[in-house]
Amino acid sequence: MLGLPSNLAYVGVLVFVLVGSLWLEVVLRTRVFARLPRLLLVLALVIWPFLLWDAYAIAQGHWWFDTERILGVYLPGEIPLDELLFFLVIPIASILTLEAVRSVKGWPVGDGSDALEEPVGQQ
Amino acid sequence: MTYTQIALLSIPIVVVVDLFALRTRVITRKAFWVSYAIIVFFQLITNGMFTGFGIVQYDGAAIIGSTSPTTGAPTMFGDGRIAFAPAEDLMFGFSLILLSLALWVFFGRLGVSRTPVAGPPMWRTRSRRRD
Repeated sequence: MLGLPSNLAYVGVLVFVLVGSLWLEVVLRTRVFARLPRLLLVLALVIWPFLLWDAYAIAQGHWWFDTERILGVYLPGEIPLDELLFFLVIPIASILTLEAVRSVKGWPVGDGSDALEEPVGQQ
Repeated sequence: MTYTQIALLSIPIVVVVDLFALRTRVITRKAFWVSYAIIVFFQLITNGMFTGFGIVQYDGAAIIGSTSPTTGAPTMFGDGRIAFAPAEDLMFGFSLILLSLALWVFFGRLGVSRTPVAGPPMWRTRSRRRD
């Protein structure tokens, strides 16, 4: 498709997700990347349960990948690199969406910055 | 365990993490459910691409529906599939999304990069916000 190598198919879907979400950072001023330490902490933690799940599912044969449509680079547990990228891209897109909703609606989420007038404090 | 079982189990686990472990209570927020509604719409499209093009294929023994066909796309709707993808993928996605957002709120509450806050959108004048 589009004259690109078929091995970029999986990553191409991730590019679609990024194209569909990264513009929020500019147009809705979500400021997720301006809070990079927080974003990196989320990513550093959230990937693990899903990588383990992935490794188990691959080992059990729950799912598999068309080797002609993935990059062909593998992590321990026979996990395609594409999958790790998925577990990074989807949380980023999700957080961008939440912050886009907050940007427009101003609804609270309890992260200590709601409206900057009622600090949550230490519960 | 099958994909169906793990997917079904993952939801209460992540909900317990959100409500009681992190005490983020993201699932009680309107902002979460509106965000989730937007995300799940796009998830159906992206998952449809992953599964409709056969990038990812599934074993019928592990899911509600049957094994992905070796050639061509699986059933679009029915046979345990929604937009080509196994229904289990929606549960997998919900868990990934909720855990991501709960951790995001958790670290904000901890004080890691609590600011700058989001907004205002470009189409609103900056001066309207008091920050």
